[in-house]
Amino acid sequence: MSDSHNPALQHHFDDLGQQYEASNMGMWAFIAQEILFFGGLFGGYTVYRNLYTDAFIEGSQKLDLSLGAFNTVVLIASSLTVALAVRAAQMGKKNAIFAWMIATMILGLTFLGVKYFEYAHKFHDFLVPGESFLTGGPYVGLFDAAMAGQLKIFFSFYFVMTGMHALHMVIGIGLMLYYLPKIWRGTYNSEYFNPIENFGLYWHFVDIIWIFLFPLLYLIGGRM
Amino acid sequence: MDAHSDHHVLPLKLYLTIFVALMVGTVLTVYAAYIELGWLNTPVALLIAVTKATLVVLFFMHVKYNTPLMWVFAAGGFFFLLILLALTLQDYYSRPWESTPAVEFLVG
Repeated sequence: MSDSHNPALQHHFDDLGQQYEASNMGMWAFIAQEILFFGGLFGGYTVYRNLYTDAFIEGSQKLDLSLGAFNTVVLIASSLTVALAVRAAQMGKKNAIFAWMIATMILGLTFLGVKYFEYAHKFHDFLVPGESFLTGGPYVGLFDAAMAGQLKIFFSFYFVMTGMHALHMVIGIGLMLYYLPKIWRGTYNSEYFNPIENFGLYWHFVDIIWIFLFPLLYLIGGRM
Repeated sequence: MDAHSDHHVLPLKLYLTIFVALMVGTVLTVYAAYIELGWLNTPVALLIAVTKATLVVLFFMHVKYNTPLMWVFAAGGFFFLLILLALTLQDYYSRPWESTPAVEFLVG
């Protein structure tokens, strides 16, 4: 079998095709686990949103819609660049994989940079759940205790859901830093590029989570 | 030949088309939020999000061109998500909220 000469072939697989299928399947099993992890957050969000609808609408209006929309565009663009990195890997174009990965990283860092400004603004406006919640800033004294308590729940969901999403992006950027030197050394070619393909699946998954987070957090009750 | 023979490289144009469709979806999401649809606002937003996610899964994640086994694995995650949400929500919405501390806190 010609494949047995490929250094990327692990001894416990018959050929690279079988190795590719196993790696792809393992990644999808991991993504299934990730879907359920975020699914728990979305489930809790749904219950509380229906219980405290007015507070969730009120909280949603305090998020910066233009920054959220900008980040959606940035993340979808990064999905395109990582898809093109995988495509370059399928064709064995080392330099193209490297360039598209760098582009993906820049877009990912742009997203996190915008997220940093959004978070900083929430701290500035006393909208971060905790002892200081609504004790100052532009919204102090505007809400009664019950509404303030419910707003706290909305912002708890906001920070946990976007925070877990951002953590996944930080991990993704770390993975890219790990793969870049390997790409540069020519580890991946048209016969073997499983890690690049799996990284692409991971990054697309993170994009999908944001596709749901954006309307569910930033656009509750419309923007009339 | 092994399974590598079906690693056909998809045309660049397809990726760009999906990207444009996702961008249009994003604009539609924001646009729809500015239209008064009453209770329909959320279902419409979710419908657009599900459509966008489906495009990403089928084309960017190559599931459309993958083997039946991978279809099962990709669909499995979403299937179990539906079970998780359906059973959680039927539990929460079929219990008397009046007696819960959360509602007492609401009413004051």
